[in-house]
Amino acid sequence: MKFAVIVFPGSNCDRDMYYAAKDALGAEAEFVWYQNSSLEGYDAILLPGGFSYGDYLRCGAIASTSEIVKSLHREADRGTPILGVCNGFQILLESGLLPGALLRNKALKFLCHHENLVVRNNQTLFTSEYEKGQMISIPIAHGEGNYFCDPTTLAQLKANNQIVFTYQNNPNGSVEDIAGIVNEKGNVLGMMPHPERATEAILGSEDGLNLFKSMLVNWRESYVTNA
Amino acid sequence: MLQTLEVSPETIEKEKHYREMGLSDQEYQSIVRILGRRPNFTETGIFSVMWSEHCSYKTSKPLLRKFPTEGQQVIQGPGEGAGIVDIGDGQAVAFKIESHNHPSAVEPYQGAATGVGGIIRDIFSMGARPIASLNSLRFGPLTTGRVKYLFDEVIHGIAGYGNCVGVPTVGGEIQFDACYEGNPLVNAMCVGLIDQKDIQKGIAAGLGNTVLYVGSKTGRDGIHGATFASEDLTEDSESKRSNVQVGDPFMEKLLIEACLEAIKSDALVGMQDMGAAGLTSSASEMASKAGMGMEMNLDLIPQREANMTAYEMMLSESQERMLLVVEKGREQEITSIFEKYQLEAVAVGQVTDDKQFRLLHQGKVVCDIPVDSLAEDAPVYNKPSQVPAYYEKFQAMPVYYPKVTNHGEVLEQLLAQPTIASKEYVYDQYDSMVQANTVVAPGSDAAVVRIRGYDKAIAITTDCNARYIYLDPEVGGKIAVAEAARNIVASGAQPLALTDGLNFGNPDKPENFWQMEKSVEGMAAASLALNTPVISGNVSLYNESNGQSIFPTPIVGMVGLHQSTKDITTSHFKEAGDVIILIGETQPEFGGSELQNLLENQYYGQAPSIDLAIEQKHQTQLLSAIQKGLVKSAHDLSEGGLAVALAESLFSTKQLGADVQLTGDATTLLFSESQSRFLITVASADKERVLTEIEDAVSIGTVTETADLKITINDNMIISKPVTVLESRWKGAILCLLKSKV
Repeated sequence: MKFAVIVFPGSNCDRDMYYAAKDALGAEAEFVWYQNSSLEGYDAILLPGGFSYGDYLRCGAIASTSEIVKSLHREADRGTPILGVCNGFQILLESGLLPGALLRNKALKFLCHHENLVVRNNQTLFTSEYEKGQMISIPIAHGEGNYFCDPTTLAQLKANNQIVFTYQNNPNGSVEDIAGIVNEKGNVLGMMPHPERATEAILGSEDGLNLFKSMLVNWRESYVTNA
Repeated sequence: MLQTLEVSPETIEKEKHYREMGLSDQEYQSIVRILGRRPNFTETGIFSVMWSEHCSYKTSKPLLRKFPTEGQQVIQGPGEGAGIVDIGDGQAVAFKIESHNHPSAVEPYQGAATGVGGIIRDIFSMGARPIASLNSLRFGPLTTGRVKYLFDEVIHGIAGYGNCVGVPTVGGEIQFDACYEGNPLVNAMCVGLIDQKDIQKGIAAGLGNTVLYVGSKTGRDGIHGATFASEDLTEDSESKRSNVQVGDPFMEKLLIEACLEAIKSDALVGMQDMGAAGLTSSASEMASKAGMGMEMNLDLIPQREANMTAYEMMLSESQERMLLVVEKGREQEITSIFEKYQLEAVAVGQVTDDKQFRLLHQGKVVCDIPVDSLAEDAPVYNKPSQVPAYYEKFQAMPVYYPKVTNHGEVLEQLLAQPTIASKEYVYDQYDSMVQANTVVAPGSDAAVVRIRGYDKAIAITTDCNARYIYLDPEVGGKIAVAEAARNIVASGAQPLALTDGLNFGNPDKPENFWQMEKSVEGMAAASLALNTPVISGNVSLYNESNGQSIFPTPIVGMVGLHQSTKDITTSHFKEAGDVIILIGETQPEFGGSELQNLLENQYYGQAPSIDLAIEQKHQTQLLSAIQKGLVKSAHDLSEGGLAVALAESLFSTKQLGADVQLTGDATTLLFSESQSRFLITVASADKERVLTEIEDAVSIGTVTETADLKITINDNMIISKPVTVLESRWKGAILCLLKSKV
């Protein structure tokens, strides 16, 4: 399985994402500079965290106008799994690949620590290796992770089972404790917490590894089915 | 913005304008002698920043020579952007600490932010990837609106810059004392990882080679910042707000990636960041170090504002700029890397062999100075030194012994003292985990960052108890180094080397100079005894506000190596049934203690004593026990003594308590700040072996399943408190102070 890690100017979790896919999971991974226009040949796409364009204008807003986002839309339509973490999630929202927006944390401060998440939906390409309702410890590191959407969107998210992760103790004011959502089709996941920082025991938690494993397992299955 | 008004060389001399730029009459006269003529306005400005204390160390140089700077582990000592030590496998770490005190006093957000940005540039200019940042901060008591504002904004500044640039802020320390009220200290340390073969130097070698300007455009911000850093803070300092630079961490992030790509090319000859004194210091130092000269055409400098003068361009401290020297004819290989990151990379000059620093602007030569006179011929002053009256008075005092009746209540109060209390409010705002290598995050004795791909890690700490140094600079200086090494050892690493952030008051006062002299002597002695040479550092003088000096605060930033990640040890207790062991002797030593602060609200008497031979023995024996896998937790004893260390070891454990039995004087046993002590826990099966292997170690109790701290002294229960009660006092103290109305 081959992952693409998209690198925007100002991405700073790109290497972490790369190592999670390559070393912790044992898959192939390549960096793709944002000026490349093609995402052909990758089995899954990772949008790392960081501060693309310094978070100027709005987090993720400038990155969402780059050429590669057009390819991202194409890949999303084709069903390629796309994971956006932190700034990657913000870019997915700004690109319209996921609904809603991220506001400043309710306390108006950046927060960095481990949070307990609850796996609400384990029927996705990204969470099949977790148990439903399982509690996992994953670090957060963001200043604008307060997920917001209008009541209609929220009702849709619920109806379609698109809420994948929620916080046990909501740290940032997110609507309904939302920490991560998928698109309707189920192949685009955006989340604020950083699973790539929780893939080795020495870093304090391995709970994020099953997210990457789920992607690998589901890729294998689809490969077998398609073959 | 208005252009700086420039006056003629004659007027500069006649009306003594050089004084406004920070030059003395005598210094001005030497410049005239060096040039054989009067310097023009630009040249006067260039000399004044290069000869400022910040750039030339003219006052501290005689003292800095006392530091040991060599050792088997040292690859690069003082003199470059950062020092470098060997960590095996062909790898090395580069590190340095730097102050940004005065900018932070007038514009705390940008002052702190650009402090972080500046030190990170020092690291990657050596070719090293920055892997960890730490901050050593000092503030006045959190009781006035102004101090709360400074505290919050300094933290926002560090977070705003550090989080964006993607270097984890893994630790540091924060202390509070009245002497820092008008003059907070903001010292930032950065550590970088490098393959030894990639080490870069800031040299402008090779006649005809091209000087390349990269990064942000030059604006009028920060003009004369280095001179501002070299004078006392006064009420007029508010007018210096425009001397403070403004940082752009996004630009810095692009610069890091581009520069680290550039070092892989052999077309690159040298690289240096434009820090204090901007273009002036980077260009002249690079030429001087290479024994060459340099000529630059200032018309080519990328400029942010219209009609900038030569003076303004040369003295600007605009951030996120680097100067590179590239082999002639191969410029495109380097500029294409910067183009990828949409960064400006412009050829602005070339290396010459006449050892002159020559600048052209609008067709005229605006500066023509022997380059060595800037970087190497700065004056050196041996300032008069005098023993302060307070020191003699303190030494003659009887030993201070505090009266404590309710030890449990005093422990709770100590835990709520801001210097001891949890700094979670602060650390939570820093991204401490980006790069996914942080093993021990802020809050333990030392931060630990693993080296990816190897079974090894590095431990990093900053330390300085300035209260002891105020009471006795020489002893306090030894303690600062010893405590840093103790923190490294407690985390399971071998101390390698240190960087010093020397913060003092006005050196023109003989009493202040004596403090500098003695504390440096103490630090030098401890560095030698513990084999932790000084490989880099920074001097910040004139830390005074309205005539009042800060406590002498020479901050020690130290790095150690874990030979295996198995050696990584944290301070909290691990398992019920483990045996608690105290290493080291306890004497009634309360001068400069947190208890003295709590009870007397001032510091006097004698600092705790320290015997470096004993210190070294305890550290070696503990480290050896850790490496044998015998130690489950280790914590160094510092502010607040044993009782505070016991309580801290129980916080954030999963519901553990401790049952401790001691014999002797309760106040001394619980709260004395005697040096060279550690608190460790071991499995009960290993107890006898550890007690044999470590001299001066005694078993004092056990870790329990009930989450209470129980301390019995001479068979009387002196303290019995639920850990949750102690922890809530410790955790809530800072937030509580910030929220309380002034």
